Amino acid sequence: MTQAEQRPLPVPQPESDFYWEKCREHELWLRRCNDCQRAYFYPRDICPHCFSRNVTWVKASGRGTLFTYAIVHRPPTPAFRDRVPYVVAIVELEEGPKMPTNLVGIEPDPAKIRVGMPVVVDFEDVSPTISLPVFRPANSA
Amino acid sequence: MSRPLQNQRIAIVGVDESDEIGIVPNKSPLQLHAEAAYNALADAGLSIKDVDGLLTAGPFSTLVVAEYLGIEPRFTDSTSVGGSSFVIHLAHAVAAIRQGYCRVALITHGESGRSARTRPPLFQGLPDSQYEVPYGIIGAPIRYSLACMRYMHQYGEERTRQAMAEIAVATRKWAQLNPKALMRDPLTFEDYHNSRWISYPFHLYDCCLVTDAGGAVVVTTEEVARSCRKRPVWILGAAEGHDHNMISAMPDLTRTIAYRTGPAALEQAGVTHEDIDLAMIYDSFTYTVLVTLESLGFCGPGEGPDFVANQRTAPGGDFPMNTNGGGLSYTHSGMYGVFLILEAVRQLRGECGERQVMHKKDSSQPAKIALVHGTGGSLSSCGTAILARD
Repeated sequence: MTQAEQRPLPVPQPESDFYWEKCREHELWLRRCNDCQRAYFYPRDICPHCFSRNVTWVKASGRGTLFTYAIVHRPPTPAFRDRVPYVVAIVELEEGPKMPTNLVGIEPDPAKIRVGMPVVVDFEDVSPTISLPVFRPANSA
Repeated sequence: MSRPLQNQRIAIVGVDESDEIGIVPNKSPLQLHAEAAYNALADAGLSIKDVDGLLTAGPFSTLVVAEYLGIEPRFTDSTSVGGSSFVIHLAHAVAAIRQGYCRVALITHGESGRSARTRPPLFQGLPDSQYEVPYGIIGAPIRYSLACMRYMHQYGEERTRQAMAEIAVATRKWAQLNPKALMRDPLTFEDYHNSRWISYPFHLYDCCLVTDAGGAVVVTTEEVARSCRKRPVWILGAAEGHDHNMISAMPDLTRTIAYRTGPAALEQAGVTHEDIDLAMIYDSFTYTVLVTLESLGFCGPGEGPDFVANQRTAPGGDFPMNTNGGGLSYTHSGMYGVFLILEAVRQLRGECGERQVMHKKDSSQPAKIALVHGTGGSLSSCGTAILARD
C-alpha cells in the first residue's frame, strides 16, 4: 500500500492527548466548563461558549441520537475505496455537544437509518495507538 | 471637483476569465491567475503599472502572485476563507481604496481543480484532520450532504429533493446560453433523478463541476473609473462573516451566516430584496443555493423549495439566478467566488447576449442591481455584495 492509500489517522495535539488516550481505553471523554456548565466538542482548554479557562474533563455516557448522516458512495480518497458505501454522521451526545463520526452496525440504506434514532458509542481500533469513537444503533449493542 | 476619497463611490471596472477555462491541463494555476489579471486589466483599459493593491485567496498568497505578476503592491490581502473569499475581497478593496491604502486593486484567482499536478499537503494536527478526516468526512460533497440531510429531516425530503432538481435543471438551462460553460447538454429532471449517488442525499447533479480556471476583478475609485474603457459597476454594499470551520461545528446546518451578511449588505446599499434584478448565488451544490436563499432572507426557513419551484430561477423565470450556468454547469475550479462577480458585472453592463437579464422596472434596459453571494469552506464563510450600474 502506498502512503496515499493509507487511512488518514488523527495526530493528537497537546490539548487532545487526553481525549485520544481515553479513546484507546475505549472511553469517550468530553471537556466541560465549570463556569457555564456546558460540555463541548472538540476538546480545547478554553471554553468556546464563554471563553473561561476553568474547564474540566468528564466521562461521557456514550449515548446520543443521530443528528444527521450521509452515505458515501464515491470515495473521497483512494484510502476509502474499499470502504464505500459507508455512513458518515453527526451524533448529538446526551451531554449536549455534537460530534462527527461513522454510524456502524447498520446497513448503509436510507430506508433503515433514521435521523433521531438512539445510538451508542463503540470503538474501532485503527492503529496500536488510535481508537476511533464510532456509533451504532442503541438496540443493536 | 471630485469628492473626498472617503465619500467616493468605488467601482468594478474590469473583469475576465483566463484565456481558457474548463479543462486546461497545459497551464499552471499561477498562469491562470496571470492570464485573468491580464485580461481583466485590458477589459478595464488599465495597465499593470496602475495596480497598487493585490488581493487573492487559495494556496498561493499575494507574495507569490505579486512576484509572478511583477508588481510591488502597497496594499496586500491574502484573506482565504474558501470560495467566498473573492466576494469578501470586494469589501476589503472598498475599504482599502477609501482609506487611501491603494487606488487600483486587483483581485485574482487561478486554480487547476481538475488538472493540478500537485496538491498542497494537509496539516494533520488541525481539528478537522483529527475529528472528521479519519471517518472519511473529507471534501465538500460529503460535508455538505450532511447538512442537506438535516434540512430534509426538518423540512421534508420529497420537497427538498424536488427543489434540488429544480435548481440543477434551471442552472443547466442558463449554461446552454453561455458559450464558456463546460456543461451545455440539456439536463432533464429524469437525468437528475437517475444520476448516481456521490454522497447520499447528493446525486451527481447536485454537485458542482471540478475545472481549471482563472478569474480576475479590477476595483478602483470613482475618479479612475470615469476614465476606464467600460461603464463602471458600483459596489453599493458588501459584508462578510463566518461562524464555524468544520461541518460538525456548524451552529445550524440549515442556515448559513448569510443571515447576517445579506441584510447587512442590502442595508448598506439602501436596497431591498425586491430591488434585486439578478442573484448570483454560490452553487457548490444545489443545497448550497437552497440554504443560501433562505439565509439571505429571500424567503423564510424551509420555504426555499416553494421559492424555486416551477423553474422560477431559469431563463424566462421571474427570479434570474446564476445566469452564467453556475458552479453546477459553467465552471468551478475549487474556489468559484470570483466568477459570480464576473457574471454580475457583465449582466449589469448588458454584455450577456442571449442570456441577458433585464431591469425589472424598465425592461428595455439591462439588469440594474445584482446581489452576489459567496459561500466557502463547509458552508462556513459568506460574503455578500450588492452591485449596480448607473
